[in-house]
Amino acid sequence: MDIYLLEAIINGVLLGGVLALLALGLNLIFGVIDVVWIAYADLVMCGMYVIYWLYAELGWPLPLACAVAIIGVAGLGVLVHLLLIQPILNSAPINQLLVTGGLLFFLQSFATLLFGTEFRNIGVRLPIIEIGDIFISYARLLAFAVALIGAVALYFFLRRTFIGTAIRAIAQDRDIVGLMGVDQRRIYLVTSAIGGALAGLAACLLSLQYDVHPFIGNTFGPLIFMICVLGGLGNMIGGFIAAFVISQIIAIGGYYTNTELSYVLAFTLFIVLMFVRPRGIFAR
Amino acid sequence: MSPRPIALAAALAILACLPLLAPPYFMHLLIQILLWGFVYTAWSIMGRFGFVSLGHGAFMGVGAYVPALLWNYYAVTPWIGIPLGVALSVLLALVIGYPCFRLRVVGHYFALVTLALSQVVMLSIIAARDITGGSLGMTQNAAGHSWYALQFPDKRYFYVISLALWLGGLAIWRLIDRGIGREALDAISEDEEAAAAIGINVMREKLRVTVISAALTALGGAIFGQYLMYLNPETVSGIEVSLKIVFAAIVGGMYALLGPTVGGLLTISLIEGLRVAFGTHFIGAANTIYGVLLILCIIFMPRGILGVLERMKLRRMREKAVAAE
Repeated sequence: MDIYLLEAIINGVLLGGVLALLALGLNLIFGVIDVVWIAYADLVMCGMYVIYWLYAELGWPLPLACAVAIIGVAGLGVLVHLLLIQPILNSAPINQLLVTGGLLFFLQSFATLLFGTEFRNIGVRLPIIEIGDIFISYARLLAFAVALIGAVALYFFLRRTFIGTAIRAIAQDRDIVGLMGVDQRRIYLVTSAIGGALAGLAACLLSLQYDVHPFIGNTFGPLIFMICVLGGLGNMIGGFIAAFVISQIIAIGGYYTNTELSYVLAFTLFIVLMFVRPRGIFAR
Repeated sequence: MSPRPIALAAALAILACLPLLAPPYFMHLLIQILLWGFVYTAWSIMGRFGFVSLGHGAFMGVGAYVPALLWNYYAVTPWIGIPLGVALSVLLALVIGYPCFRLRVVGHYFALVTLALSQVVMLSIIAARDITGGSLGMTQNAAGHSWYALQFPDKRYFYVISLALWLGGLAIWRLIDRGIGREALDAISEDEEAAAAIGINVMREKLRVTVISAALTALGGAIFGQYLMYLNPETVSGIEVSLKIVFAAIVGGMYALLGPTVGGLLTISLIEGLRVAFGTHFIGAANTIYGVLLILCIIFMPRGILGVLERMKLRRMREKAVAAE
């Protein structure tokens, strides 16, 4: 087997971890509140700027900067829900999608206003691991491991705690859950906070690999929606697998052609799969 | 003659005479408002019935790039290239629309499928950088003042073309609004299954507005490209253009004839105004304010500015009726 192809596949798996983490967060919000946050990837961008600002500009220690980013973006998630989604929770679903589209414009241009359009790097260089002839970036490996841990932690939170159970219940039937003594508003807030925190965590992991700029969300935002839908609404495990399917298409497609065409391939596959299996590839 | 036609004729006369008075910069703004107003109107032909497409950037991109590429590489006149681009957009709309409507892909899912479509078109244009210039964009080979090449350095020509296009777009909007299909479409947007049950051909009605909307959007993209003489994948296709189209239509009010145009007028003059006010000191300031206004608009007046005005007018009429009794 071609060594470069193998390297592409391994990098695809590692990228899949971070995408899976983001897809989990979006899927949670999509499944529970029934809203698509078009600006979800831009929350990640905010987190990346927080890390850049605290670590590279103010000289805070990196773990502290990351912790602030996670908490900050979680708070941002709560704000998004309180200020944007809650007032129009009962209007047409498409308005909720569009209002976060307005948020996308706002966040991207606000970041431009604050930081300009330059690409900024936090300047952390992690070593590169060499196995045989294959080079694997340590940052990607770390991102993959942390993303997996995050996903498992979320899984146990949803399975083993009362509020996790309530979140899963509300995704199944939002009318009945109220009768069971669950405060829907509180669940929505918790869900938004978790969704935000996952975006913050992804920001920490992506900061190690990518330069941050105001429009970074546009590069992987649409991908996350596709993954989320392919996996099936509210289906966490499906979304997790879909993330790796999509990242492999991008990695292997990119190896044989070029980056843009591999994305074209991924999006085309998404459209076709939506027609073949409208409820997600893993729907029964 | 009642006052309404007179006002209409007066407005048209003013619009027709504007090129004699307006300086070039304002002409440029007016052409942009008319062309974008046309595209926004084209989007709202679908959007007002609840088929929210985030894929109109795809139709616009195809409509703009096909004639430009044919002209640059094969010297095919845009008079042939533009219809070809429009036809290709219609084909794209059918390829996406037919399975979507057959399989009842609606709401969020429809928005996401069309979003993927606009990404596919934009990324394909970038990927074919050898012929399209990729993200750097491309310029059409200049031919001076030429009807054959549909290139006019004099802005007045494009003003008249845009004005005609815009009026045509409004006429089509109205035709659909007053046509027999209107009730059927309203019924479909309320409840598809019930509409099908009373004998409405859901598929045909939906495809009809989708095809019209896509064709007009492609036409708008083509004329926009001919006017600017420069194409860039990010200014004519992709997620940002698609969202921009949706937002302007919503802000203006997609349920009213002039709503999308008002949206275009507002967003373009807002962005230009803020750009002049802030200059280049605060890149992003204009769009930041634009983003906030969008959010406020969607939350507080989802029917748009004209929608609010119309409702106020209705209320006043009702009050008058009550007072008269």
